Amino acid sequence: MELEKRLLDGDKRACARLISMVENNNKEAISLIKKLYKHTGNAHVIGITGPPGGGKSTLTDKLVKSLRDEGKKVGIIAVDPTSPFTGGSILGDRIRMNDLSLDPGVFIRSMGTRGHLGGLSKATQGAVKILDIYGCDYIFIETVGVGQSEVDIVRTADTVLMIMVPGLGDDIQAIKAGTMEIGDVFAVNKSDLFGASKTAREIKTMLEMNHNMDRIPPVMQVTALKNEGIKELLNEIKGHMEYLKENDRLNKRRESNARAEIINLIEEEILSLILRKNESVGVLDDISQKVALRNMDPYTAKDEILRAIDL
Amino acid sequence: MFDKERLDQIQQSKKDWEDKVLNKTLEKFPERQDEFQTGSGDKIERLYTPEDIQGINYDEEIGYPGQYPYTRGAQPTMYRGRLWTMRMYAGFATAEESNKRYKYLIEQGSKGLSVAFDLPTQIGYDSDHSLSAGEVGKVGVAIDSLADMEILFDGIPLDKVSTSMTINAPASVLLAMYIAVAEKQGVSADKLRGTIQNDILKEYIARGTYIFPTEPSMRLITDIFEYCSESVPKWNTISISGYHIREAGSTAAQEVGFTLADGIAYVDAAIEAGLDVDAFAPRLSFFFNAHNDLLEEVAKFRAARRLWAKIMKERFEAKSEKSMRLKFHTQTGGSTLTAQQPDNNIVRVAIQTLAAVLGGTQSLHTNSKDEALALPTEDSVRIALRTQQIVAHESGVTNTVDPLAGSYYIEAKTKAIEEEAMKYIEKIDELGGAPKAIDLGYIQQEIMDSAYDYQREVESEKRIVVGVNKYKSEEEPPTGLLKVDPAVEELQKKKLQELKSKRDNEEVNNRLEALRKACNSKENVMPYIIEAVKAYGTLGEICGVMREVFGEYQQSVRI
Amino acid sequence: MDRPIRVIVAKPGLDGHDRGAKVIARALRDAGMEVIYTGLRQTPEQIVAAAIQEDADVIAMSILSGAHNHLFPKVVNLMKDQGADDVLILGGGVIPEDDIPGLKEAGVEEIFTPGSATQTIVDFIKNNLKRD
Repeated sequence: MELEKRLLDGDKRACARLISMVENNNKEAISLIKKLYKHTGNAHVIGITGPPGGGKSTLTDKLVKSLRDEGKKVGIIAVDPTSPFTGGSILGDRIRMNDLSLDPGVFIRSMGTRGHLGGLSKATQGAVKILDIYGCDYIFIETVGVGQSEVDIVRTADTVLMIMVPGLGDDIQAIKAGTMEIGDVFAVNKSDLFGASKTAREIKTMLEMNHNMDRIPPVMQVTALKNEGIKELLNEIKGHMEYLKENDRLNKRRESNARAEIINLIEEEILSLILRKNESVGVLDDISQKVALRNMDPYTAKDEILRAIDL
Repeated sequence: MFDKERLDQIQQSKKDWEDKVLNKTLEKFPERQDEFQTGSGDKIERLYTPEDIQGINYDEEIGYPGQYPYTRGAQPTMYRGRLWTMRMYAGFATAEESNKRYKYLIEQGSKGLSVAFDLPTQIGYDSDHSLSAGEVGKVGVAIDSLADMEILFDGIPLDKVSTSMTINAPASVLLAMYIAVAEKQGVSADKLRGTIQNDILKEYIARGTYIFPTEPSMRLITDIFEYCSESVPKWNTISISGYHIREAGSTAAQEVGFTLADGIAYVDAAIEAGLDVDAFAPRLSFFFNAHNDLLEEVAKFRAARRLWAKIMKERFEAKSEKSMRLKFHTQTGGSTLTAQQPDNNIVRVAIQTLAAVLGGTQSLHTNSKDEALALPTEDSVRIALRTQQIVAHESGVTNTVDPLAGSYYIEAKTKAIEEEAMKYIEKIDELGGAPKAIDLGYIQQEIMDSAYDYQREVESEKRIVVGVNKYKSEEEPPTGLLKVDPAVEELQKKKLQELKSKRDNEEVNNRLEALRKACNSKENVMPYIIEAVKAYGTLGEICGVMREVFGEYQQSVRI
Repeated sequence: MDRPIRVIVAKPGLDGHDRGAKVIARALRDAGMEVIYTGLRQTPEQIVAAAIQEDADVIAMSILSGAHNHLFPKVVNLMKDQGADDVLILGGGVIPEDDIPGLKEAGVEEIFTPGSATQTIVDFIKNNLKRD
């Protein structure tokens, strides 16, 4: 197959086309992944998230440049929200990474969340696999850390980098409640701003309180725009991989990620099966109406729908 | 402005009118629309009465021209004393051609030159830079080094003319070149008069010819303030521009709010740098847009003057009246011009001219009818200038000061724009000031929201643009448009190559290294830039050193 | 088509007037497309690299400085060099009527001048895509 050969040869157009195909749930692309799956697992996958305005794209840009100095091949997947009303989106992360566009060793892909159930992490994980086969040594997945689906995406990475900025104040509490626990490495960006050390200290304190594991995530201070602290941060990211490689931790992490991925795929398949079956007979609409009018309870409704596919 | 009793009477008589006259009419002849709106999309009432201005104190809010809060004008006699300066912005491909044009203008009695630079010059690239390809000499004159600047002003006595330069990110370099040319003419810097635009914040917001990040850019600006206050005291060191903010799609109130917020940031930066507010504030000038909604625009100019006066007095505690007096240049709204039926643009420009004049502008550039199609031809530039002259000499609006004052609508609208602009300023203060709000993309996104609303209103025909979505007609493609000869680029590159082979390259390097050190320190960079310029270091080389030290600005991703 | 159309919206050259490009970006988004906005001062090489990596269906460029005759054809040719001939390439901005035939001949599919309705552009894209 032509695309397969071109992908293995490191052809950017083939890689790009295959990512689209995976994103669109194309069978050909999925069978290609099936065939080449054994070639994956070599890349260090890094999820980057944090509150909006934290400078994620700029920081990614600098980290990637640093890896390029080492001659590493890098893939970047930048995820932005899709409008729930129109299904369209404006993906602007490339603006921050334009210097990297022309680098033959870098592949940047923007993705919209597109909003279908469970589909986003499936699409990004598919894209990660394509980039892995394409030969990337490092793959970054960048998302705005505001919703659960974004958290789910970065959770699939080997290393999760949480980016904070000084002066978030009470926001740290809010972030903690949702996402602090998924960070493996923390970076306080814009550390030239007033209050950066304080923010870093607060995060450290919180992590020390929250973690009863054998590794407390490091909290690094960086200023991406001025290229300060990037090398050190990169070392911590690599250090996390070294840590994972000890005592079989990496395999355990990937096993738990794989479990989540498989469950996600099954869930999605079953759901789409049910919805397809029910759409065709208009059952879901009818039943929803009955439930709304209190003519049926939701539990019975569920039983009826599952009966439709003999479950 | 009315006592309680009189207002009650008016309220009653208005009610009577509504009951007896208005409602009958509305029954028989409903209005054309359920709701009417201004050019900026604000709701506008059927009728304004003394009720709408009851909260306005005449002496405190309106007052007299040439006196705080300057609502009625910057000077006491306005155009009865002297007409506004009719300043036409123009740039020609090469320094030689521009020089010829300037000499012609001076022969015709002009005392003010206005220089447009091409985009590579505005972004600090030499003509041979790869990004300059296709852009050299296109929207203005290409300046690579002092050698070009010497040609540009050859035979023009710089102690006799005032020169306005539309230059922002590399303003310090072009000013340095101007100072160096003057010195060669034997004219000392303290005799130089003119203006550099030097307003980087609106470049980030709307115009896009930025180079360096916010912080070093603000430092370059305060370095210029400081240097000029000592060495070039007659120079206007900044022209704080709402023009491009409006062109990008803002409303009238946003134009005032965002521009004055930028102004506040410059004043803050200068005070921070240790300057006394009354030492530099009188040299601040502003630059606004004039759009089609005549009355809203007049109110906008009056609101801007009043609000700035209050800001300078109350927020910055300026002592000098001159610090509180907002003076401004106006350009008619480029984005209002249509490519369809371009002759109609003459009428639009005439209305906009009237708005600027009734709003009390100090100088005015009128756009040419063909600017939605290409750079203007000489003929269309002449019509644009004549438009100003007709308003000045035939319309009669110049004969009394601020003639629209006291109109219930104008005063109510002036107040409304002032208040809305102030709300934007407060919001920007909350975000940490204009530079921060820009970095966050807040200002850009607010403007884009307005621009997109406008576009949708045009497409849904809620808003009529004559010749575009109504009253369309079949047209022959326009002819006789101005074209820039692509040979200019090669010529400019050749000149650059020759310069580099002739000059003392070691000396250039030494001076560039001295500049680099200054950039890395807290020293004022102006003297170092002047030294580099004098050794014929090029614009691209000088900006290149600063790019290396300061880095480059990253556009906000919020669109 | 049961997938979103992917469009690169780019500003080649040095001019900073991006109101038109941003309005178009929003209109395409609201028409259900995925818009990859690459920002100001893009070289033809950068635009082409973005189009390839993003697997775009459309490249929409806007120039107001007059550099269109130099920059638009360059993008078309670089795309051809990459073997990517299934991407719809559009131009917009202040483009004199005289220049349009030459640009179309060079491979720019359509030119949209000031006053073009965004709906016209949306429809044009939907009706002229070069791939499924």
